[in-house]
Amino acid sequence: MSGPCPGQVSQEVLARVVREHAGRLAACLVSLLGDFSAAEDLVQDAVEIALRRWPDEGVPDRPDAWLFTVARRRGLDVLRRETKYHAKLAQLCWIEPSRPDDRLRLIFTCCHPALSRAARIALTLRVVCGLSTAQIAAAFVVPEATVAQRLTRAKRKITEAGIPYRIPAADDLPERLETVLAVIYLLFNEGYLSSTGDCAHARDLVDDAEWLATLLADLMPNEPEVAGLLALIRLHRARGAARFDAREHLVLLADQDRGLWDRQAIAEASALLMRTARAHHRPGPYQLQAAIVACHAEADSLERTDWAQILVLYDMLLCLTPSPIIRLHRAIALRYAKGPEEALAELTNLEKALARHPLFHATRAQLLRELGHNAQARECDERALALTANPAQQALLRERLGWS
Amino acid sequence: MKYVLMFVETEEFAKELEAMGEREREAAYEAVGRWFAEHSGKITHHTHLAPVHTATTVRLSGGSEPVVTDGPFVEGKEVVSGFVEVEVADLDEALKLARSWPACPIVEIRPAS
Repeated sequence: MSGPCPGQVSQEVLARVVREHAGRLAACLVSLLGDFSAAEDLVQDAVEIALRRWPDEGVPDRPDAWLFTVARRRGLDVLRRETKYHAKLAQLCWIEPSRPDDRLRLIFTCCHPALSRAARIALTLRVVCGLSTAQIAAAFVVPEATVAQRLTRAKRKITEAGIPYRIPAADDLPERLETVLAVIYLLFNEGYLSSTGDCAHARDLVDDAEWLATLLADLMPNEPEVAGLLALIRLHRARGAARFDAREHLVLLADQDRGLWDRQAIAEASALLMRTARAHHRPGPYQLQAAIVACHAEADSLERTDWAQILVLYDMLLCLTPSPIIRLHRAIALRYAKGPEEALAELTNLEKALARHPLFHATRAQLLRELGHNAQARECDERALALTANPAQQALLRERLGWS
Repeated sequence: MKYVLMFVETEEFAKELEAMGEREREAAYEAVGRWFAEHSGKITHHTHLAPVHTATTVRLSGGSEPVVTDGPFVEGKEVVSGFVEVEVADLDEALKLARSWPACPIVEIRPAS
């Protein structure tokens, strides 16, 4: 690959190149040194040097070899006293990354259930995607020191508690894969929900999440839930352009300009979902959620949406993962399939479980308004506004309440 | 790697145990016996502690006289009731042992040297 002109390397290109190579280098060095933490430090140093130099110098023709050379030089320097690492590094020359992709081991180690959820996310972004501490801190709007401490602690735990660097055995795999998928999905949600349409100021976590899901789908072609998550992310993104208006305010599904949806991306993601379902016959929560989103994405209007099918899918989803949030979403589908009275009755059953959930109150407000109970609707919107910290949701609710 | 699995009993578990009939309790003890037999190759040491009401705690505060109190070091609804020391490859293997433990509901795993 030949680098773009010096001085013109965009953040996007940098992110893409680093993402493609940092994880591979980390996987290679962890295998070589047998020490997760030491290997990760070397990669991170190399990445930080790259992020400083590439914007001016351009991306080198062989970024993988470049990163490797810098990491190796740095390793020979800092690991001088640790003879066994030093000797291994000294002998090492860059191998073409043609051998089986080791990044799968890396992902499973970073998403080990013995690490806290926050640590899994930070570690995956850092080690697999190659984000710097500063980039992670900016993406989650937390102080850099907090992220640094979280990463240090997680790496120490990996080494000292003996968290293995390998793909889990077959009997552990389903559960461990679930943890990995949860990390990617959380990352996606964090990026997707907190975004305001103006992505210039922060790292786009949605890109990282899609990239991770794509990588995982390549590495684990026989796991239908991986493909399900990938389809889910792609279906959401395909409608991204319609989610915010010109003032960067959130636009609800009912009001979105469906002409802005990427029809080709929707068709491709739906096809992926279909192929997966036919090949494996193993439905799971991600495939079902993706199928629900596909029903919405394929419809040309809210009225002409296959609400009956959506209800069936929600029922299947509830069988696999019973949760009040899913019941809330099912109630919204019920509104279109059967009418606002039935949906409102269903919400009453959920009142206790979702009392602190803004979407519950916002949904109830809408149903009440439809049924002409405006005063009660207002109360519910106020409740929702008090409960949400999300700026886009706040703006929407304020508008409804006429405060903007 | 060497790990210690700490078995932690809860109040509910103690009550359940108490409410058991003789045959049920025997079956529960047998399950524990089977677990030990099955993993005997990995277990290097094990200790079962006497009930928590027998505990005595000594607090050594530098300079002044040690303070001796009746009871465990933390008063709580969850108490350590025993330990096993195991020699296994990594945390995943230790986790697998802990997951198959048939008795009290909490197991803490710590690397040990």
